[in-house]
Amino acid sequence: MDFQPVLTSHVRQPQSYTLDFYLQHLRGYEGLRKALTLKPNDVIEQVKASGLRGRGGAGFPTGMKWQFVQKDTPKPKYIACNADESEPGTFKDHVLMERNPHLLIEGCAIGCYAIGAKVAYIYIRGEFYHVQQVLEDEIEKAYKAGYLGKNIFGSGFDCDVYLHRGAGAYEAGEETALIESLEGKRAQPRLKPPFPAVAGLYQCPTAVNNVETLCNVPPIILNGPEWFAKQGPEKNGGPKLYCISGHVKRPGVYEASMHTTLRELIYGEQYGQGMLNGKKFKAIIPGGSSVPLLLDEHLDTPASFDAVAKAGSLLGSAGLIVLDESVCMVWLAMNLLHFYRHESCGKCTPCREGGDWLYKLLQRIERGEGRPKDIDLLFGVANNILGKTLCAFGDAAATPVLTTLKLFRHEFEAHVREGRCTLPSEWRAKTPVLAHH
Amino acid sequence: MSFHPHMEYAPAKFHKSERQLADAGEAFAYTPENQAKFDVNVTHYPPEQRKSAILYALYLAQQQQGYLTGAAMRHVATQIGCSPADVEDVVSYYTMFYTKPVGKYVLNVCRTLSCALLGAERVTEEMAKTLGIQPGQTDPTGTFTLMEVECLGACDRAPVVMVNDDWHERLAPEQVKDFIEQIKARGAKAFTGCHLHVEK
Repeated sequence: MDFQPVLTSHVRQPQSYTLDFYLQHLRGYEGLRKALTLKPNDVIEQVKASGLRGRGGAGFPTGMKWQFVQKDTPKPKYIACNADESEPGTFKDHVLMERNPHLLIEGCAIGCYAIGAKVAYIYIRGEFYHVQQVLEDEIEKAYKAGYLGKNIFGSGFDCDVYLHRGAGAYEAGEETALIESLEGKRAQPRLKPPFPAVAGLYQCPTAVNNVETLCNVPPIILNGPEWFAKQGPEKNGGPKLYCISGHVKRPGVYEASMHTTLRELIYGEQYGQGMLNGKKFKAIIPGGSSVPLLLDEHLDTPASFDAVAKAGSLLGSAGLIVLDESVCMVWLAMNLLHFYRHESCGKCTPCREGGDWLYKLLQRIERGEGRPKDIDLLFGVANNILGKTLCAFGDAAATPVLTTLKLFRHEFEAHVREGRCTLPSEWRAKTPVLAHH
Repeated sequence: MSFHPHMEYAPAKFHKSERQLADAGEAFAYTPENQAKFDVNVTHYPPEQRKSAILYALYLAQQQQGYLTGAAMRHVATQIGCSPADVEDVVSYYTMFYTKPVGKYVLNVCRTLSCALLGAERVTEEMAKTLGIQPGQTDPTGTFTLMEVECLGACDRAPVVMVNDDWHERLAPEQVKDFIEQIKARGAKAFTGCHLHVEK
């Protein structure tokens, strides 16, 4: 299969983030120029025909999302670009914004044109300050060159792109919480419906799109929807960025088609290059920390939205965390629950209280003080969070516990029985983990 | 009978009668430069939605003073045109705002899975040992504050430490002592920065 990278083809070259480079080598802003000759509805139709699916985690078709944005209203419309990349194991948008910022700016402008918006806000997480500086400079250059601002290419279309810096909240990655945060409130999700397409930012119709999703739009307009759909299996078209981290020799962001299997991504020469320190593979988290684990027998699954879902997990944000044989699954669940307990916004009781409860139970088992009934209790508490919260965060918090219990229950039982971890885990602290709170 | 494990439900000072409001501190107002920056930023939002600029306004105040006092929050409230309670509501939610003084270098060690797999727990321990402080504390000289944070989004360069707004990547536990010495000697030059950011 001859797959040519589209989004990250030039990111390793010096100066790849500059406007000049973008214009010279990447047909910069030609997609926007072409889009402005089409009717907004035709732009949406093209994106729909390409089958582009949201890259943020849910895999919802982008064209549909744009079509749902209410057009027959006097209210202004908005694009909110979700650059609050906080899912553990995900770092693809970081590369795009840092090394190819104009692609995102162009994608925002085309998105605005398609849904009839005049303003796009890029909500960037507070920790990405160095990325923000690059984006700020490049947005200013795009304004000066006339690719943003008033009357772009003499078409009468006005578009402004603004950066909005977050301040450290995982929950702001949820689309309605992101909108709340943009409005200057706590990043807590809203009850849906109404969906953002009807009442989003300032109660106006809003499309919330991930960075990678918007970056895929200019190539679709330039090369046509058929070209895009051909870059991968049916309904999973287009280039995809995979973030590989954990126990692999060469962690990093790799662009591939969704035909690529998980095994290729871990062991392939041009990807992860195999396990670190010659250890044996144990499991993989295929889509950021919120999705179920997959085992060796699943590795020949293509890393596409549909195939990974069929194998019993989710592609999510395509953050692959590779785990070797030395990883204790009780510790893994505890580490992730520390994250979810800390990041829970506190709005829904099951997630706020349940996350804390799960973490404390896991801590007790990890310390070797677990009781036999604690394992069933974990299962019960997790199941009472699942599906009982306003946003998907509750499911995300319950999943690490449920998936480790399902696949590695014997490790939990061994902890309880032996009163200690039975795995040789020399990579971890020799001394006990610092007591938290 | 309850299956709920014995646990502290909340800090002792939970009841609102015992809750302390942020210390007002010294009088606070933006410097003219910061005021100008704020006035530009607020135009990014519709005129009736000034509250959207609150995060930016708080960042400005924090940069100016190092942390957010009650007076600073009240100043932000007048700038935005909302109540001081609204500002405190936001400040208490987001982790990147400090309501207590912090050291010159705030060492934020990522502790989430990908970093932890490659030894982040030991990085924190080494730092705590070297500096003689626990996570969340500032050393007596006011140079370093040690914090543990959740995923920073650079899992391929684990373990990652964010120092103020700078990054330091691939910090092995064995390098921690030297890293601290380097910061003391060379300041911000000791950081590797983001590997994608090589040209600046």
